[in-house]
Amino acid sequence: MTGSGAQVPGTEARLARIRGRAMPKSHNARTIAALASNPGCARRAIMDAAGVDKQRLAAHLGYPAPFGQSRFALARGNAFEAQLKADGAAQILHLLRENLGLPLEQAHYIDLDDVGGNPGMDLRHARTRQLLARPEGTMFDHPVLRLQVGGRHAYLEPDLIAVQVGEAFRIVEIKSFPVIDGQADGGKVAAAAIQSAVYVHALRDLVGDDKVHHETILICPKDFSNQPTAQRLDVRKPLTVLRRQLSRLTRIEDLLKLLPEDLTFDLDPDPDDKTATHRRDPETLKDAVSQIDARYAPGCLSTCELCYFCRAKSSGQTARLGQQALEDLGGLDSIPAVLGLASGALRPSPERAEATAVLRQVVALRAEVFGREPEPTPAYPEVMGEAV
Amino acid sequence: MSALTAYARTLAAERQIAQPVASVRHVHVSDRPLVFVPLQLAGEANAPLAAIVGSDRGTPTVLTVAEPRDRNQRFAFIADLADVILPYIEGYPLGTREAKNGNLVPVAGDAPQLIVPGPAAVAFTRLLGRSARFRRTDGPYAVPATVPLVGRWLSFYSERPEVPGSSLTLVVTDALASHWATGQSPEEDLNLASILGWIAPPPGMTGAEAALLAEDPVRCPPAGPATDPTFDNEVLEGLIKAVRAARLTGGGSGRIRHALTEELRTQLEPTWERMWQAVDLLRALRPGDHVASRWERDCSAFARYADWARATGLPQPKHDGAVQASRRLWDLEEDQRRFAAERAYDDPLVMAEHRMSGEAFAGTVAAAEPTRVDASGRRRVLRPRITVETGDRVVVEPGTVLTSPARTAQEARVISVEAGERTLVTLELQKGMGQSLTPPPGSVPELGERVCYATFNLGYQRRPEFPPREETPWTHGGPPAPYVPPDENAQEAWS
Ligand code: SF4
Repeated sequence: MTGSGAQVPGTEARLARIRGRAMPKSHNARTIAALASNPGCARRAIMDAAGVDKQRLAAHLGYPAPFGQSRFALARGNAFEAQLKADGAAQILHLLRENLGLPLEQAHYIDLDDVGGNPGMDLRHARTRQLLARPEGTMFDHPVLRLQVGGRHAYLEPDLIAVQVGEAFRIVEIKSFPVIDGQADGGKVAAAAIQSAVYVHALRDLVGDDKVHHETILICPKDFSNQPTAQRLDVRKPLTVLRRQLSRLTRIEDLLKLLPEDLTFDLDPDPDDKTATHRRDPETLKDAVSQIDARYAPGCLSTCELCYFCRAKSSGQTARLGQQALEDLGGLDSIPAVLGLASGALRPSPERAEATAVLRQVVALRAEVFGREPEPTPAYPEVMGEAV
Repeated sequence: MSALTAYARTLAAERQIAQPVASVRHVHVSDRPLVFVPLQLAGEANAPLAAIVGSDRGTPTVLTVAEPRDRNQRFAFIADLADVILPYIEGYPLGTREAKNGNLVPVAGDAPQLIVPGPAAVAFTRLLGRSARFRRTDGPYAVPATVPLVGRWLSFYSERPEVPGSSLTLVVTDALASHWATGQSPEEDLNLASILGWIAPPPGMTGAEAALLAEDPVRCPPAGPATDPTFDNEVLEGLIKAVRAARLTGGGSGRIRHALTEELRTQLEPTWERMWQAVDLLRALRPGDHVASRWERDCSAFARYADWARATGLPQPKHDGAVQASRRLWDLEEDQRRFAAERAYDDPLVMAEHRMSGEAFAGTVAAAEPTRVDASGRRRVLRPRITVETGDRVVVEPGTVLTSPARTAQEARVISVEAGERTLVTLELQKGMGQSLTPPPGSVPELGERVCYATFNLGYQRRPEFPPREETPWTHGGPPAPYVPPDENAQEAWS
């Protein structure tokens, strides 16, 4: 994301240094949703605020991100979207009117991407605001939206259409996963709902809460065909979760205070090298990344490019065993502590007494079933100090 | 999950190798299962790209589609698949048995078992079945008769994992995860190579190391149905284009098709091996006592469906009717209850979870009155009492009726619970002791015996009467029209 002039210059300068010479990456609904899904992770918060290319960073660290994009999927997604938006989005208009019965007059289609020159995000955002205010068109493609993330403005350039139906806008999202016999993959619909919620949230910031409907419209291919079908999505729930999570994000400025002034993830690109070789020593880069606290959870594996790096650095944390395991272990966050408390090698502090009692019971039951297997009782001095 | 499983995960992480969370096997593994590993083209709605399939480890069939976006090629693939699956299913003959009411009911002595890598393969199979079962053998886009037929079987088999305790379709990652805890998360356990790595790492490697290697798609191509995107972009795209170009120019298409098949084979064969490795691992476990009876129920379900399909010649409808849906829901809940109880009765490690939650307790018999007679009623009846001393947390109330896995026919009513350092539970027993006033030896737990009592039992609950279809109440939409698959199902738009 690019910062607007309204923000503290010191913060911008520091974020720019953290990013280094790479082109800034901007937010999109997916990254906002991912950030909101792990609001306790300062590492991601800083990197996203600074516009760090996490994919490239992870690769340079030796932990390339596990998500590639198949060109087959890309091609199909693009073709489907192009088909819908052809002829002034004629198919979309038809769906909204016929399928969903929305009372739409003759709708114009305005592509807000059509701006001369190469204006900054804040200018394009202003133009979106200006055009949305004038009800001369009812279907807006590529609006530039803005929302508050960690006390800063993040801009989004969603590939989406906002339609004005009566007094309120509705977000229309196009996805290329199929709806077969009226049913789509639940996980994909949920992800789409969260992304739509991000857009609703951002659009409300622009035009006011009561001007954006909480029901969004999801357009997908129907059955095994390329014919589109539209369904309504009520995003009130994901919207509430999103708002709460975003409000839990620490202000970027406060996070920066904890970090050394000269922190940077600059990859030291070779200026003469067309193949974009990066000369930064991966070891110093690892140290730099490790300066910022992370909060790894298995959910990161599908949402954050740094997941393999963070996972490798999280050994000994129960969080890596999954959310359920963490809860079932009474919130004990360290594997050595769990094992130590279970075996009796560690004495629990009062707040851990209950979780420990459960563990002792588990050990006794296992011993009964397996016969007296020797449970490991390794000594963990650093944890011992903390727990006893 | 539970604290027991979570603790097993921490142990696995510490020991770098998976830990058992079951002490017996809870799934049935056929002597001759049909292993099916499908791959799909990314981005498309259920476009099959390739599959490796077969019931013999040494001679799998590899099927590929050169242009998955072409409707005719998709159905040619399904027809080829049918040529493997249908003869396999026909190897399990149906018979009939006379029911109590004199009707003949279909039965099967054994049933085909489908084995797929993971839940995503089930979802793919469901859609593959859905895409094939309504097709017609005449009119526009006619297909061979085997296509709708195999579509119906794929639909049937892809519904079965929803039924608790059913093994007709074995979902390998789920089956492994219900018997072993790894030192990673359930999300990561969905990767077949990774969970197998934790359970049975190659020699000289820890489970954790093997699981890490399993994430390298070059070393371990994904078990599908999604392919490795890098493979798509660097290998597959070029070959699919080359096949298309060769077809247009009429030159060398056979050679390029062959190259495509060989490349897809490299993506499939490692998974094929792993599937059988998983089968071996599961087979090596001793089956729980109720596995066989659950498989019998599976065989009946297979026979009932085969008989219905043969009699009606119809594809399953897209949606259940209201009555059928509520009956199905009731059945699923009942299956769930029984499966949970059977697992606990078969496996002390599973029972331990119920002991943690207070639904069961185990201890030793501290006092016993095996010949106690209750003379308060009209008839003198044998009502032995025992007192069980246990260290488990006991939450049962007096009056509750309990059952012991060792004596499932016997009822034990809680008379009193005396909490203390060790809890004393006094139980009064009835049933399972013959007719006389002296209990046969062994029918009443003896002093000092280890016993376990649970609040749940294996009793079979009779399904309540559901109205026949014709009497579907108006609250549920009224009686549905008789089921005739509409033409539009057969003629739906395709790409
Ligand atoms: S992968 Fe690392 S940086 Fe990304 S959200 Fe998870 S813990 Fe934070």
